[in-house]
Amino acid sequence: MNASVSWLNAFSDSPRSAVELRDLLTAHTATVEELIALRADLSAIVIGKVVEEAPHPDSDHLHITKVDMGTGELLDVVCGAPNVTAGKFYPFAPTGTTLPGGLTIQKRKIRGHTSNGMLCSARELGLGEEQDGIMELDVNVAPGTPFLSALDVGDTKLVVDVLPNRPDLLSHLGLAREIAAVTGSDINLPDIGVGHIAIPEPKRFRRAGNAGGIVLHLEDARLATRYMGAVIRGVTVGASPQWLVDRLGAVGSRSINNVVDATNYVLHELGQPVHAFDLTSVDPEPKMPEKTIVVRSAKDGETLVTLDGVTRKLTSDMTVIADSVNPIALAGVMGGKDTEVGETTTDIFVEVATFDAPRTRRTRRAAGLSTDASYRFERGVDVALAPRALHRVTSLIMALAGGAVEHAPVDLYAGDVPHTPVVLRSSRVARVLGIPLEAARIAHLLKRIGCSADVEDGNAAIHVIAPTWRRDLVGEVDLIEEVARLHGYDELPDTIRPYRPGTSHDAPLWTQSARLRDALSGAGLFEARPTPFVAGGDEHVRVLNPLAENEAHLRRSLLESLARRAEFNLSHMQGNVRLYEIGSAFEKGADALPEETVRVALLVMGDRDPAHFTNAKPAQIDAWDAKGFAELVARIVAPGQAVLAPSEPGGDVLWNIVIGGETLGHVSRVSLDAPVWASPAFGVELIIGSMPNGDIAPPGEHAHGEPTTTTPRVVPPYRPLPVTPASEFDLALLVPDSVRAADVERAIRSAAGDLLERLVAFDVYEGAGVEPGHRSVAWRLTLRHPERTLRDKEIEGRRAKILTALQGELNVRQRST
Amino acid sequence: MLPENPTSEQYLAYAIDLATRGASAFAAATDDDALEDARIQFLGDKRGELLVLQKGLGMLSPDARRDGGRAFNEAKTTLNAALDEKRTALRSATSSGPRIDLTMPARERWRGGKHPVTLVIDEIVEIFRELGFTVALGPESESEWYNFGSLNFPPDHPAMDLHDTFYLADGALLRTHTSPVQVRTLQKYPPPIRILAPGTVFRRDPFDASHAPAFAQIEGLAVDEGISFVDLKATLTLFARRFFGGNRRMRFRPSYFPFTEPSAEMDMECVLCNGVGCSACKGTGWMEILGSGMVHPSVLEAAGIDSERYTGWAFGMGPGRIAMLRYGLPDIRLLYDSDVRFLAQVAE
Repeated sequence: MNASVSWLNAFSDSPRSAVELRDLLTAHTATVEELIALRADLSAIVIGKVVEEAPHPDSDHLHITKVDMGTGELLDVVCGAPNVTAGKFYPFAPTGTTLPGGLTIQKRKIRGHTSNGMLCSARELGLGEEQDGIMELDVNVAPGTPFLSALDVGDTKLVVDVLPNRPDLLSHLGLAREIAAVTGSDINLPDIGVGHIAIPEPKRFRRAGNAGGIVLHLEDARLATRYMGAVIRGVTVGASPQWLVDRLGAVGSRSINNVVDATNYVLHELGQPVHAFDLTSVDPEPKMPEKTIVVRSAKDGETLVTLDGVTRKLTSDMTVIADSVNPIALAGVMGGKDTEVGETTTDIFVEVATFDAPRTRRTRRAAGLSTDASYRFERGVDVALAPRALHRVTSLIMALAGGAVEHAPVDLYAGDVPHTPVVLRSSRVARVLGIPLEAARIAHLLKRIGCSADVEDGNAAIHVIAPTWRRDLVGEVDLIEEVARLHGYDELPDTIRPYRPGTSHDAPLWTQSARLRDALSGAGLFEARPTPFVAGGDEHVRVLNPLAENEAHLRRSLLESLARRAEFNLSHMQGNVRLYEIGSAFEKGADALPEETVRVALLVMGDRDPAHFTNAKPAQIDAWDAKGFAELVARIVAPGQAVLAPSEPGGDVLWNIVIGGETLGHVSRVSLDAPVWASPAFGVELIIGSMPNGDIAPPGEHAHGEPTTTTPRVVPPYRPLPVTPASEFDLALLVPDSVRAADVERAIRSAAGDLLERLVAFDVYEGAGVEPGHRSVAWRLTLRHPERTLRDKEIEGRRAKILTALQGELNVRQRST
Repeated sequence: MLPENPTSEQYLAYAIDLATRGASAFAAATDDDALEDARIQFLGDKRGELLVLQKGLGMLSPDARRDGGRAFNEAKTTLNAALDEKRTALRSATSSGPRIDLTMPARERWRGGKHPVTLVIDEIVEIFRELGFTVALGPESESEWYNFGSLNFPPDHPAMDLHDTFYLADGALLRTHTSPVQVRTLQKYPPPIRILAPGTVFRRDPFDASHAPAFAQIEGLAVDEGISFVDLKATLTLFARRFFGGNRRMRFRPSYFPFTEPSAEMDMECVLCNGVGCSACKGTGWMEILGSGMVHPSVLEAAGIDSERYTGWAFGMGPGRIAMLRYGLPDIRLLYDSDVRFLAQVAE
């Protein structure tokens, strides 16, 4: 909502500055986001005082003056105005200033005398037309004061953020009403010089009525609560006076002609949209004895050319104003081109209606066209405003364009719905706001915003009826909010009061995510927060209204997002990419909602370590690094329970992460759209929990069970530290390609028994010296007896037993050196 | 001096004496010249005392030579070690031509780090944790009822225009705010409730310098008997002072959210201009920090909570916006591109 400061001040006897208005409205009503000086083009103009004046020796009309502009030195200025007088103040444009007309003032010589700037006339400043000299100012300020702050010229525009619950603020009347409520003052409609114009009283009908040569029909009361219209005959369409052009200009509305401007004026002043039709063009070939105007639903297939020249296809979702044949306006949104008021118009039909809010919203959405009118109707226009607005707009049109209302205007309206009072308990006010307020004080505050408020039940309750323009005040809590903001949020204390701890504890997924973030950040990975949108395909959950086709689906895996982020980095020549994310992925679900799981994923590629002078060409990250990261993640997610099971060869998946018999993740190669210099990328992804999105309980109910308890963390028990020495030996084994390391490990462990403390494969060799179809794997075994030192014989015995088992079970032999 | 034809005992004692004197002389040298003089005295090629000791070995009886040889070797090792030690010490003490350039860079390990938005969330959680709040989570894919209906959004109302929504199916959407977690928590746990709900939310805005279709939000909710607007103001003011530091001025101004009433937006004195007015605060001197309000009774009723008995307050804020403010980011896309150069810059 754009508001003009001078327009707002016209409602009141005590004008306020733009800054005061901003602070008042922001603190109590709606946020003023910006103050815009409307004559910023005059910001460089200052007040100049002519200290000396003498005629120019070489000219009969020029004057040589000395001007004080507050800089401490007097400037020589040549001036051609007949009225320049020593001792007087004038607007002064120093050199370098660009005037509204586009002229930039420069230091120049005029008939041999230097001139450092210009004393300005009103016309030169765009402030009027008189040309009889420079603008003599009756001010008492220091020379050099900015012109705009010294004089009341140049309105300021307030940009007010009006939220959807307060449609009553979408007008100067509404904002003025609030300022008055907050300051405790009175308001009157601005005097616009129309005096008193006699207009016949409107006549009330339910569905149809004759406004004088035209019959109005309201087909369905659900389309409009109220529909008023008046016929004005004999108008002369022409230009608007300057004050009207300025007022509309201040709120960003362009002047069109006096009739249209009058309707726009009333919209911005009262918040009531008004439309004027050229009566001659309405129903040019009536089917009935008189012209007809109908408020009805559009029919599919109808078209209408709106004022903006666009041909619109109408649908039955839209409400239209139609004559006996065709739609002539999109109700509450925009008028039609054919019935536009123009220079040749002499008779007009003025429409002042209260169109239904949701219905206007549908019309506006179906047409894809939002206007000042639709914006207000969608949010709700005060039904009581229509007669007042009709009177205001017809008076203004007649004052500006002449003409007369010969027939009583029509008012199609079922009548006021009586308001049921809302009971406001002062005890409830105290409970919600945290401080007690006297019932009388509460009533006083509510009366200031136009409520009727009667204190009853011995101060315990206040019976409140909201004014017609505050349809948002329907419940007790709505009134409490009014009391709070009028009393002032700033007036409430902000001291901490005692509280009880809550019954819920940290979500386990949150705790786990925090541990994962710590571990992965510590391991040299950066956390990413990509969006879940991917190009995807049929297997993905689709977004019904995506922003673009290449992000029309929700990811099924976090690695889909991380892969795109890796490519982004590669495109910026960053080959060392180590990213992780904890986030949601989505699978198609049984009903409308997808199945959502929370996962941890990471993608690594590039150098394993930063380059160093001792290691100029670091090794590249490989699958074993990825496996290590997977083990790191699995240790946090499922301590001691996760198994990295090798996957079937051939695919991108290298290992599956199996927890409790279920495959919940994997380690994989990640294919990227990568430049040739990029090293291979590896990914790890693991589901860490499901995120149920079904109902906790049916609407209006809860599912509070027994208080939940947390299970203490399970840790491995202490094992006594060894007191006996260990024995170590290595086995170099010749392993056929068909035998896996895990098989060898199992055979060794089972043959070695309890004495085996540690078993590590520390070298793999293939090539010269190793039989084809085999590889040589070296294992280091650590044996220890808990109570005594092992004898050489015992160790030798184990060694032989292991070798026998390997040979027998797996055909694995010791490698002959 | 080593006697002529020394006995085994004399030789051994002298070897020890020589080693001790030599080591002390080396240690006592204060510069390279003094050390060189001492070296010539004890280890000189022509008349060094160690050379004399070596020659003396030949004068021992064959039986004593084995022990003598060992004593000689020990003396030699001791002297050489003492000389090397002193040389190194002198070298590192003077700046003349070090052999190891210790200004060379350390062997680093890759640095990683949490996302700046996570760091902001963690800090917010830390402060509220001290005030008894725990963390609750909810799904990003939500039903229309939890996202709008339960939160008192009137159907087909202009309030919905502020929540341009991604729909997944009829009645299913991507949550437009973290507020559905309020209702989920209220249904699941009985009051008193004190929770924070961080998470990703979605609005159908294309990426530009200040908009993202998916971004972080953090919600707070306190519900109990006797909770009032004073508690809201007190807690949020305390939080903001802790988070932003100092005694910054705060203000609460009226606002509108369907799920709170009274609703309030909290502003803080602009951190860039300290309230004077600058381009960042559009000349107002204030910066919007969060939206808040008293939980609307219909939200409590939607979760099956008696709204006469219980009251509550809630707030929501954008950690991404705070991260932008904090790091001076000109473009919100920096937070979502995952550019490793940016993430390395902000890693803590």
